[in-house]
Amino acid sequence: MKILVGIKHVPHTETKIKIAADGVSLDDSGVKMVVSPYDEYALEEALRIRDSRGGGEVVVVSAGGDGAQASLRQGLAMGADRALLIKDARYDRADGLARARALAAVARSEKPDVILLGKYGVGADENQTGAMLAELLDLPHAGGISALDLADGRFTARREIEGAVEIMEGTLPAVLTADKGLNDPRYPSLKGIMAAKKKPLEVKTLEELGLDPSDLAEGLRVVWESLELPAPRQAGRILQGDADEAVSELVRLLREQARVV
Amino acid sequence: MAAGKILAFVERRDGQVKRPSLEVVSTARSLADPRGAEVEAVALGPGAHGHAESLGAHGADRLLTAEDPHLELYAPEAYAATLAEVARRRGAGVVLLPGTTMGRDLAPRVAARLGTGCLSDLVEVELADDGTLRGRRPVYSGKAYARVAIPRARPAVATLRPNVFPAASRGRGPAEVVAVESALPAERIRVRAARVERAVEQELDVAEASIIVSGGRGLKAPENFSLVRDLASALGGAVGASRAVVDEGWIPHAHQVGQTGKVVSPGLYVACGISGAIQHLAGMSTARVIVAINKDPDAPIFKVADYGIVGDLFEVLPKLTRAIRDLKSEG
Repeated sequence: MKILVGIKHVPHTETKIKIAADGVSLDDSGVKMVVSPYDEYALEEALRIRDSRGGGEVVVVSAGGDGAQASLRQGLAMGADRALLIKDARYDRADGLARARALAAVARSEKPDVILLGKYGVGADENQTGAMLAELLDLPHAGGISALDLADGRFTARREIEGAVEIMEGTLPAVLTADKGLNDPRYPSLKGIMAAKKKPLEVKTLEELGLDPSDLAEGLRVVWESLELPAPRQAGRILQGDADEAVSELVRLLREQARVV
Repeated sequence: MAAGKILAFVERRDGQVKRPSLEVVSTARSLADPRGAEVEAVALGPGAHGHAESLGAHGADRLLTAEDPHLELYAPEAYAATLAEVARRRGAGVVLLPGTTMGRDLAPRVAARLGTGCLSDLVEVELADDGTLRGRRPVYSGKAYARVAIPRARPAVATLRPNVFPAASRGRGPAEVVAVESALPAERIRVRAARVERAVEQELDVAEASIIVSGGRGLKAPENFSLVRDLASALGGAVGASRAVVDEGWIPHAHQVGQTGKVVSPGLYVACGISGAIQHLAGMSTARVIVAINKDPDAPIFKVADYGIVGDLFEVLPKLTRAIRDLKSEG
């Protein structure tokens, strides 16, 4: 079984957000970049599927600038067999459809049985690429899954919905996007990190993949006009007194001042 | 210039329409009115015509329904094909969906089918005279906001974050029901929701709740979550949790608030024994009112809290639960 895993190279979740001088992008000086956490669940699942079947291939793919190679190497260190970078720094800011089209071009030539991605790349938090990729490839998809079973060319997946769990059933090939809870991603071993240095990491241009560079033109579809920080909350009141006093003051404030109870 | 129609996707679960979809219809009406545009709601599955009255009251001129039995539960390909086909045929300029699990799964599939752009999880939305859909959305898990727009591609697709927009009933008459067909025959559907499993004890989801009581490491042990549950139940709210205790396996991930969990905007958020890591704060700091209960006076959570109690939650929580119950029983 061949599994394609989409990886996005993103700022670490602990990043304190500073806005760059252009007013619309993140000031990335000193920002640690990592594999988007949801993509780690996707990759871990792919590795487990491969290993439980005693064979197959896991290919990690990313669309982005040269920096994304670090995340692809991380994927190789976790255990992927080979990696492919769709190289164009504009993908770091591209909308979901442009990213999905890039991944679709790779999927068309790789012909995987399963495509796994995180449910979204942290940062942009859009939750678009997986479902768009499925639509472009005319494949079924299940989004944000927390359990997966594959058997006889079919999948069964659980996904958390509002106050319940939805069981999705479908046929392979399919696009599946991973939520937290799907598994517990491994840390790359030292051996894995050493081995990753020798694994193939192919860099392809848009032209080589038959992708239309004008699809990355500014203003085509989704435009980010500005980035702003939320209005800082003012620290409120610490309620004094013993527990009884503090509680009765809190209830009074919630009722009379905040009017929420 | 004739304004394109505004399509509002209405999510049905168990034959019911929940509030986030009413918010979408109501917001569509607000966008349509200044331009004299029409609002058409789209609801799928058997019995969908039964919502004509409530969707009409909330602002839909028409209700387009595909009542095929195979659309009863969520089927991504068929839902996307049908909604995209309706958008094309009806000349939609804007397609709005609720930012629920279903809406956020469906919207990008529809947008890809139409070759257009999609704005996710808007907390503000406006429609410019030239048809540009513009909005504001949380990014970096709420640590920042992006102003985003779709200036050219049409229709513009967007999901609206639940609990943020009003769901105003406008006292209008029922929507005119127009039957449409599923754009994908049953035999071509390759993925579907086979079933929906509800928790034995129906729990309110943090993403939908207007009050959330969350617990963190300060609870010391999983069984002490009962203190948080009791307060949540007294307040009629949902139970949330910090990442730390979800990772410890004290409570399922569905309850996690913050980055890699859910970003929430309730009216009241009570953080119990949560120190307030940056990822957690990102997920809840848009709550209208925040209460923090923590024994460490230097915990970062107090920096965002409107009201704080520095104290032992094992003492404070039961007292607070009792006080809220007393208050509610007084009416």
